[in-house]
Amino acid sequence: MDRVDKIFNGDVTALKGMSLRVGEGDFISLLGPSGCGKSTALRLISDLLHPTSGRIIWSGGREVDDLGVVFQEPTLMPWATVAQNVWLPFRLRGKPYAEVKSAVLDALALVGLDGFQNSYPRELSGGMKMRVSIARAMVTRPRLILMDEPFAALDEITRFKLNDDLLKLKAAIGCTVVFVTHSVFESVFLSDRIVIMAARPGRVISELGVNAPYPRTDDFRTSAEYAGYTRQATDALRTAMGEAA
Amino acid sequence: MSITERGDPPLAVDQDELLRVRQKRFEQTGRWILPVLVLAVMLVLWDRVVVWNEIPHYILPGPGLVFTTLIEDWPILFDALLVTVQITLMALAVAVIGGVGLAVLFTQSRLVEMSFYPYAVILQVTPIVAIAPLIFIYVDSRIAGLLMCAWLVAFFPVLSNTTLGLNSADHNLRDLFRIYGATRWQTLRYLQLPSALPYFLGGLRIAGGLSLIGAVVAEYVAGTGGLKSGLAFRILEAGYRLNIPRMFAALLLIAVTGVVVFAGLSFLSHMLLRKWHESALKRDV
Repeated sequence: MDRVDKIFNGDVTALKGMSLRVGEGDFISLLGPSGCGKSTALRLISDLLHPTSGRIIWSGGREVDDLGVVFQEPTLMPWATVAQNVWLPFRLRGKPYAEVKSAVLDALALVGLDGFQNSYPRELSGGMKMRVSIARAMVTRPRLILMDEPFAALDEITRFKLNDDLLKLKAAIGCTVVFVTHSVFESVFLSDRIVIMAARPGRVISELGVNAPYPRTDDFRTSAEYAGYTRQATDALRTAMGEAA
Repeated sequence: MSITERGDPPLAVDQDELLRVRQKRFEQTGRWILPVLVLAVMLVLWDRVVVWNEIPHYILPGPGLVFTTLIEDWPILFDALLVTVQITLMALAVAVIGGVGLAVLFTQSRLVEMSFYPYAVILQVTPIVAIAPLIFIYVDSRIAGLLMCAWLVAFFPVLSNTTLGLNSADHNLRDLFRIYGATRWQTLRYLQLPSALPYFLGGLRIAGGLSLIGAVVAEYVAGTGGLKSGLAFRILEAGYRLNIPRMFAALLLIAVTGVVVFAGLSFLSHMLLRKWHESALKRDV
């Protein structure tokens, strides 16, 4: 449904001739070393940057509500309660809280934070803040959610838990996810397609399909299949790094 | 062995813990007692110096005489205090309106900022004592002149702090607002103004003290008495008459006013930020 095709040139070529087709319901990971233009790609898709050349096309056109974003940091407003933070996308569309209260509470329940709506961000742990951030991204039921290394700053245990929950969430609301990461394991566990990128100039090197059925559980994490995909992704990444060096 | 069999419950208190508790108790009591002690010692010393050296009261009055003067002259001094407080608070209010207004204007339009920021700096760095005589030539109303002087001194910290605050909103949050198609007004209201609040309050505390200084300095320059005279004029007048005790009494009132303004603004700041800002949080250990 979303056909993304873009080239970005500047004084520094951050992204060169990148083509990416994202289908409805896909979970795509952009995997690569730092400086490979992963984040630039996300900023292009979210319309924060404009392509120097090339185009980004949304089939059926793009509404503001179609997109949700999760950054590397939770990026919450510290002066606002959890509920007010999640309300934000609606609030900016002029919808009063009373009208969308159930949607906000539903989103919080989906990320496992019922009962926390009146807390302030500082009262929450890093993982919980990230959950609020995810709730905010999905509260409008967007078609596409962009995630920019959302779990990079979290500890391993929290990260595993959030990976599991993210897959459940995606299944529950049926959106498309484009996920930027530099963790091979995370990308294999989460995605049905991994796009491997190289740096200087940022570009796509290869794509790897992960044909394992959802829902994926801890069993998948320890399976031979998982190990095989991890191996392939690691090799591809090494090639990408080698070319860049 | 026998040492552990004395029947005492195992205490979770070690040397460090004891030290920490003692330190905390010292901090809590010391914060109040020590300054009071210093004050008492200074007052006694002052009093003794005056008495032992037989210093006449028109050169240096003792603390007791200052205190009695404060009470005897209370009607005059209190009226003057009201005038000074009035000018100070009005100047502070105008400084807040002008400072925040300009800051918002600056962040909304680079053009305005580039055009006027240098002049805001020039106004700030030119000593008020040098500008004040001119102001009193052109401004007929004494109150308006005083206000203008006090405002000139006080508005800059509000302006510069608020501008800094408005510009220091989290970059990712800014991006998020753009992605959700926020209007300028929404970004200002829901993102920039709340982000600027702690900075603004910091500027406000400085501006509070400066308004008082501005009000006092302006009155020194304005000089002329009349019915509506503030504390600064009372000090000048008492000086001409060698009424030194009254000078001290008026000075005391000005100092107390400054402390009260500062404490009030600090309290306001704490109440507004206590729910979310780092500066207002109690750290656990």
